[in-house]
Amino acid sequence: MPRELHDVVFVDGVRTPFGKAGEKGMYAQTRADDLVIACIQELLRRNPGLPPERVEEVAVAATTQIGDQGLTLGRLAALLSGLPNTTPGYSIDRMCAGAMTAVTTTASSIAFGAIDVAIAGGVEHMGRHPMGEGIDPNPRIIAEKIVDESALVMGKTAENLHDRFPQLTKARCDAYAVASQTKLAAAYAAGRVQPDLVAVATRHTEKGWGLATADEPPRPGTTLAELAALKTPFRPHGNVTAGNAAGLNDGATACLLASATAAAELGLPVRMRLVSYAFVGVEPEVMGIGPVPAAEKALRSAGLSIEDIGLFELNEAFAVQVVAFLDHFGIADDDPRVNPWGGAIATGHPLASSGVRLMTQLARHFEEHPEVRYGLTAMCIGIGMGGCVIWENPQHADFGKEN
Amino acid sequence: MTITATDHAEVVTHVLAQDVALPVGTFVLVTLDNGFDHTKPNTFGPAGIAELQAVVDTLAERASRGEIVGVGITGKPFIFAVGADLSGVPFVRDREQALEIARAGHRAFASIMDLPVPTFAFINGAAMGGGVEVALACDYRTLSAGLPALALPETFLGLVPGWGGCYLLPRLIGAENALKVIVENPLAMNTMLNGPKAAALGIGDVLLPPGTFLADSLRWASGVISGDITIERVDPTGDEAAWNAACDAAAGLATLKTGGRSPGVLRAIELVRAARTADRQSAFAAEDETLGDLIMSDELRAGLYAFDLVQKRAKRPAGAPDRALARPVTKVGVVGAGLMAGQLALLFARRMGVPVVLTDLDQERVDKGLAYVRGEIATLLTKKRITQDTANFLTGLVTGSTSKDGFADADFVIEAVFEEMSVKQRVFAEVEAVVSPQCVLATNTSSLSITEMASQLSHPERVVGFHFFNPVAVMPLLEIIPGEHTDDAALATAFATGRALGKTTIRVKDTASFIVNRLLGRFMGEFSKIVDEGTPEHVANAAIAGLAPMPPSVLMELVGPAIALHNGETLHRAFGDRFYISPHLLALVEARKTTPGAVPPRPELAQPVVLDAAAARARILDALADEIGRMLADGVVAAPMDIDLAMITGAGFTFFNGGVCPLLDREGASERVLARRLLPAGAASVPA
Repeated sequence: MPRELHDVVFVDGVRTPFGKAGEKGMYAQTRADDLVIACIQELLRRNPGLPPERVEEVAVAATTQIGDQGLTLGRLAALLSGLPNTTPGYSIDRMCAGAMTAVTTTASSIAFGAIDVAIAGGVEHMGRHPMGEGIDPNPRIIAEKIVDESALVMGKTAENLHDRFPQLTKARCDAYAVASQTKLAAAYAAGRVQPDLVAVATRHTEKGWGLATADEPPRPGTTLAELAALKTPFRPHGNVTAGNAAGLNDGATACLLASATAAAELGLPVRMRLVSYAFVGVEPEVMGIGPVPAAEKALRSAGLSIEDIGLFELNEAFAVQVVAFLDHFGIADDDPRVNPWGGAIATGHPLASSGVRLMTQLARHFEEHPEVRYGLTAMCIGIGMGGCVIWENPQHADFGKEN
Repeated sequence: MTITATDHAEVVTHVLAQDVALPVGTFVLVTLDNGFDHTKPNTFGPAGIAELQAVVDTLAERASRGEIVGVGITGKPFIFAVGADLSGVPFVRDREQALEIARAGHRAFASIMDLPVPTFAFINGAAMGGGVEVALACDYRTLSAGLPALALPETFLGLVPGWGGCYLLPRLIGAENALKVIVENPLAMNTMLNGPKAAALGIGDVLLPPGTFLADSLRWASGVISGDITIERVDPTGDEAAWNAACDAAAGLATLKTGGRSPGVLRAIELVRAARTADRQSAFAAEDETLGDLIMSDELRAGLYAFDLVQKRAKRPAGAPDRALARPVTKVGVVGAGLMAGQLALLFARRMGVPVVLTDLDQERVDKGLAYVRGEIATLLTKKRITQDTANFLTGLVTGSTSKDGFADADFVIEAVFEEMSVKQRVFAEVEAVVSPQCVLATNTSSLSITEMASQLSHPERVVGFHFFNPVAVMPLLEIIPGEHTDDAALATAFATGRALGKTTIRVKDTASFIVNRLLGRFMGEFSKIVDEGTPEHVANAAIAGLAPMPPSVLMELVGPAIALHNGETLHRAFGDRFYISPHLLALVEARKTTPGAVPPRPELAQPVVLDAAAARARILDALADEIGRMLADGVVAAPMDIDLAMITGAGFTFFNGGVCPLLDREGASERVLARRLLPAGAASVPA
């Protein structure tokens, strides 16, 4: 049987404001599943043209699939969001690239023709579920030196990256981090971030209910001098600090994907078209380099080169890992095409949720930049991987034409 | 004066305020939270009200400085607030103290009404009494579509919604709708509204989905403040005729249900009547005075006592053995396939989900019994009370046979055959031949001796009385009667089974007719005697109105004259002449054998004794006091509280009378007959 491949479009994306993990964080007593449910319900509210029963898959990522992040979260979140019980769902884990994988996996189902409409997202409540909760690494990892011990501690892999690329100095990373804070503050001041934030009611037994309406982690006004004074927790006199890395955070994201045909039929907006994607493995000890081969592979499969990319949304797990990417492709650390509203160093990085934040923001950048045809979202992934998704801007004059 | 003058520890509902950033500006979200989970709901005691007052005072200052654009009040998960903390009421000893409770609530709620910014109640969960009144004090209300219960249950207990409810609710939704909530629902077994029903009555301005209720409510509030959302309200106070007609109708209903003897409900209706034209100050003052009176009324104290019985004592039956001794019940046998047996089979299948085998002497009776069960399942399905899958499951569970072989692996067999000792003894002997030695044999006898019924068995220790009330699906009471040899395991299994069936279980000594039928027998007997001696029936009815849910003659027709007579005769045999057999009832039963519905004429009396209502009432109450005195002396129950719990759950006796013992103490019957109170002063009355 001849098979037609379907174009996949990004319709809409939202996220909760991101919180600081821990007792003092705004989501300290708010359930993880409730965060992602709030996102799914917001997507349904914002897209009244979408009959709920047309959602044919809900994929939700979480790195730690325990407790309120367990129990086939995608399916339960669908039910709790008020989707009909005919909508199936599943959970995804690819560490930091969970939501990104939720997007590429459901997109593949759409492209294959198995479904027309999907919701993909992710959640990580690192306060309720600290990284590594309940893990049981196989002793062979150490015994057979499959990977170095440092590969399981993300901060150490970032230090390792500094070793591999001595030109990526702490000073460069700190400067990059300050810029991230500054750019996010500017985006907030201009009201650019807020439209895609879902206000979340926050429960707290001592403080009462509150409403999360803005990110908690940003530190606008951070200076280089302040960053220089921070401790390097992963290595004495090292390079990686709490200031040039994303923190430990709570938050959730979700986006709506559809086949181009279904989007047209239902009158759903086409914000981006999926061009290509790739996930690639690298040495786990330097997992931060992962986005480089992933981007190369995705570009190759799209028949594009790095010069064709007009906007980048790169996850900032660590400044060094972003700078390594930019360095590799010969892009300046302060290139305006890169993370125009700052990145995870400022907003926070609730692991499995972050991928969709990159896409939601890229879609907004596309609206502001009709001259840009292609954009790229990429992130490094624990245990030595990188992920990259390339998107096309429907605002561009040549949208949909052959290259 | 301070309002902490009660000698009991209050679980304080804290009033937590947080600023939230709405598009329209800074909004204060107030959370009511006593720090416990939903199993201990938020209530308002003096300290909680004081905290609310302090928070609202602060908000008033902030609002006057222009710092905030609005205030919203919500609850903790699943609970908004369920009203005043009534656990302190038994400790309130003077009217001034009672008045201060009323006034403090009014002051705090009025302060909310007087805030110069829009106020909102986000009713996220259960809201009752004072909880609803806090919401009514706000300008706007959002309701969760998942809200399980909203009610003003005060009149059910003998109180009025006295923190603004009688004034604000009718002015919001009209007298007719308000009286549904204030009078009709409480008097209908304390019915509650769910979110959609509360919204339909106009109590809320908008119904929002439960999942994102609070965030949606805040978004809605923001829209109201910005003017994007406008709420149109119709002033219902203009239509005087409709208003008064609704009050008259409610008063009629209240009189019918309580005999006019529960002051709370009538005072509530009068407050609603006055609310049409009263200003807030005078209306709140009238509510204060009413609360002052009612908190110091024996009827309210009895209502609280009764509430405590059904909430607490019902869950821990006095004299029940250790629950751990209970054996699992995985299959049930029912001997007999008559109407009672069919009801029992369905109840066991529905509540316990275990196979039930019905047996009777011939296939025709078995088929009839099964047909009844299937008919009831079909009705439940039609009414959408159960799904098709559940209907299939239940249908499969209940089987019938003319042989008792199916009882072989049953853990619990109950008989519901003809009420005759020899018949029941024979049935138990036949059952014992089939079942395991541990299988509990239960009897639904209403009067026969359990010990005697067990006397011919090899294992009399497994026999227990298990007396239901008709209709068994509806009436909560189950009297559990151990015989002389009944062991703790069988008794514990009986209590566990009763609990699994959702019943209120009470342990009763093996004596004729147990609790409810004995007291109703004495009650109806004395009533009949008074009427037979010449007091007009309507006078006798009026004398005892409000005691039982219906007049004795109506009750007699409901259970059937023959059964009423049988109960009377059984009691007469057991206890002698104080149980009166009415010749009129005998004649009625005889006449009915040929002519359904016949009522034979009463004979002319040579010397009629015509009592007035007060005298008739005293005689009936004295008879009850006498019988209860004998029952307590004989150890029929562990305590008078069990008698009250039984009469409330088995005979529908009213809360404001506390069942029956508080009434007998209140009207002096126990003092007259027994020279003592049945309950200590203060337990279900205002302490002297």
